[in-house]
Amino acid sequence: MSLYLRSDEAPTLPPPVRGGGAIGWLKDNIFSGWVSGPLALASLALIIWITPDLIRFYILDAIWTADDGAACRVQGTGACWAFVDRKLDFFRYGSYPVAEHWRVDLVLMVGTVLSARLLWPEGKKSAFGLFAFLVGIPLFIFLMIPGPAAIISAPGLELAILAGGIALACVLEFSKLRTLWVGLIFFVIYPVVAAYLLKGSPLLGLIQVDTNLWGGIFLSLLVATIGIVFSLPAGILLALGRRSELPAVRFFSILYIEFVRGVPFITVLFMANTMLPLFVPDNWSPDRLLRPIIGFALFAAAYMAEEVRGGLQAIPKGQSEGAMALGLSYWQRMRLIVLPQALTLVIPGIVNIFISLFKDTTLVAIVGIFDFLRAIDAARIDPVWSGPTVSPTVYTFAAAFYFLFCFGMSRYSQMMEERLSAGRRR
Amino acid sequence: MSLDAARERPSSSFLYNPQIRGLFWQAVLIIIVGFLGYEAVINAATNMRARGIPTDFSFWDRVASFDINLTLISYSATSTYGRAFLVGLLNTLLVAVIGVVFATVLGFFIGIARLSKNFVVAKLASFYVEIMRNTPLLLQLLFIYNAVLKPLPNPRDSISFGAGFYLNNRGLVMPDPQFAPGAGFILAAGLAGIVGSILYKIYAKRRQAQTGEILPVARVSAALILLPPLMAYFLAGQPVSFEMPFLRGFNFVGGVRVLPEFVALVLGLSIYTAAFIAEIVRAGILAVSHGQTEAAQSLGLSRSQTLKLVIIPQAQRVIVPPLTNQFLALTKNSSLAVFIGYPDLVQVFAGTVLNQTGAAVQVIAITMAVYLVISLITAFIMNLYNRRMALVER
Repeated sequence: MSLYLRSDEAPTLPPPVRGGGAIGWLKDNIFSGWVSGPLALASLALIIWITPDLIRFYILDAIWTADDGAACRVQGTGACWAFVDRKLDFFRYGSYPVAEHWRVDLVLMVGTVLSARLLWPEGKKSAFGLFAFLVGIPLFIFLMIPGPAAIISAPGLELAILAGGIALACVLEFSKLRTLWVGLIFFVIYPVVAAYLLKGSPLLGLIQVDTNLWGGIFLSLLVATIGIVFSLPAGILLALGRRSELPAVRFFSILYIEFVRGVPFITVLFMANTMLPLFVPDNWSPDRLLRPIIGFALFAAAYMAEEVRGGLQAIPKGQSEGAMALGLSYWQRMRLIVLPQALTLVIPGIVNIFISLFKDTTLVAIVGIFDFLRAIDAARIDPVWSGPTVSPTVYTFAAAFYFLFCFGMSRYSQMMEERLSAGRRR
Repeated sequence: MSLDAARERPSSSFLYNPQIRGLFWQAVLIIIVGFLGYEAVINAATNMRARGIPTDFSFWDRVASFDINLTLISYSATSTYGRAFLVGLLNTLLVAVIGVVFATVLGFFIGIARLSKNFVVAKLASFYVEIMRNTPLLLQLLFIYNAVLKPLPNPRDSISFGAGFYLNNRGLVMPDPQFAPGAGFILAAGLAGIVGSILYKIYAKRRQAQTGEILPVARVSAALILLPPLMAYFLAGQPVSFEMPFLRGFNFVGGVRVLPEFVALVLGLSIYTAAFIAEIVRAGILAVSHGQTEAAQSLGLSRSQTLKLVIIPQAQRVIVPPLTNQFLALTKNSSLAVFIGYPDLVQVFAGTVLNQTGAAVQVIAITMAVYLVISLITAFIMNLYNRRMALVER
């Protein structure tokens, strides 16, 4: 096949025109080319057209305080924040008895301070960081979770919880407790104490609160935390199993991972809810709340395993062989050499999975768990408040909540990624 | 050598033989898994018998006696559970296919917009991506369904788009195309046009290789695909007519009605997945090194030529595998239909059928198997595609 070759010389084109100043920048960055120019105009028009309406709806015309839905039903009013304000307790605690809310607050306070200590290992070096850790985080939880209403109804108890949070932060900071011990407290002692505190126990003099009554933000955080905390070790084990040299271990790992990843989370929840009680002896049947949590954890582990496997594959074999030559055993090699490098590589992926798991907690509503979104959806149809603006308002509130958490997690992962990749930067 | 010597060292007991240890741990694992599986089966059998739950598949041929408000195949309350399963499966596939198309188009558009040098466009696109990726899909679905579609006016006050399209709280009403006998010609002419455009593209490629002349492939293809069906339409005596919907009493008569649940699900799934696809597209384009762009520009290729001939073919290889995962995720996420009452596989089969028959284990197993099979088929097709792409590389 003869190929075409150009024989005559192409004419010299004039150099590209580049204007300076504001007009030049506009021409280069906003209105370059015949597609981008109109597109930019359209985008600008969209922003100009939509922003005032949003500001008017959510801020200027919004109803901030009201006793019932009458004010929100008036034609032309904006978001009904009064509704959110009134239902805030329900969104936070579900149907947990009001007199026992302090138990939830205490669990959240201790959990947040402990996890902040674990997640923020060196951030406290600056004066601001130290202040944020010692006072800022307890205060934040105090203002976010119990809220002003609870402080007015039970001032002593709630202030005691705030003081306890600050005290705990000080102890964690100044006792020079090693991170390993904090981890042990967080993963072993804290869950047991929290479970007894939330569930209540006659021995401790706390009335029993059935899991049917648990709900709201607190339940969403609980499900997400258990799933996330469980998924990482289980995922690492599954990932190691998938790369194992033992065929039986590899087979079961692949079977499990591919099966769980191939089906929708809803069917896993259905399975946990209806089939789990059938698979165990009758008197072992797990609690109504525990079933979806087990399903969630099992689901999370499979996704985590694939992410960790990606990291394991990226570590050159020489690392493992070098460790072998030093006489390290399999578990020593993995724990000291391979996993630290592999996990560092996949931190963004792991956090992405955390984010998607946190979003997936909303699906537990399908098996009757009263998580935050379900509480929102149940409160929405309250006839006292029913009005055209109530649904957009509560959904926006929920979206803001989830966005804050997920966006925060992704920013945290970017920070950690930078910190941990310091060794690889040239 | 030395490793083998160490292994065969006579002083070491067989307890330290890695092979024997491996066999031992595998045996332990198999025994544990086998024991758990056996216990589960025995317990399930006992529990199911005790609670009177059916353990066979005899429900499959029994009469379902419930209605489904969207059926692609003929179905009535007297059909069997098996038929209901089929209806649900087809509804799931319908949503998945339409959702995938929309999500891909929107996702590519936003992904490229994010890379735009244009400040406003890029910021707007990244704003979209951050909002969509950081809020739960279920929340978005509920928002679209409960806060956008439900408060729409009732059929009497429908929003009219003209040409017989109306939007109201019972869904989207549009004209129903009616095909008279001659309509087959239009289809045939369309197919012929597509074949013609493919042949023309092959011819244009060969011609360019020989003479350097670049033929206007896009314009000619568009004409070849659009004109013949249009001509066939008029030559065959306009065999396609539209049955217009019109208001009678409180509702529309005639035309096709798209359920609001369907609109919400397709919309929610596609705008959510589009944000993820946009990130994949962006990463794929960024993965092509800048030297490629510079080299293409120094060869005198225009911006669009650089994109079409140099960047996209290379980015495709990076984009396709994660894109497949997104398609599968969308298909699996279509099971969220159950929250807004769209009759998909999970809602019809794992919901209504399970509740009516009580055959939990069988129904859930079948449902899971369906999604697994869809995953496996998609993975298989995409592997074939990947292999082809990899061959083009060399």
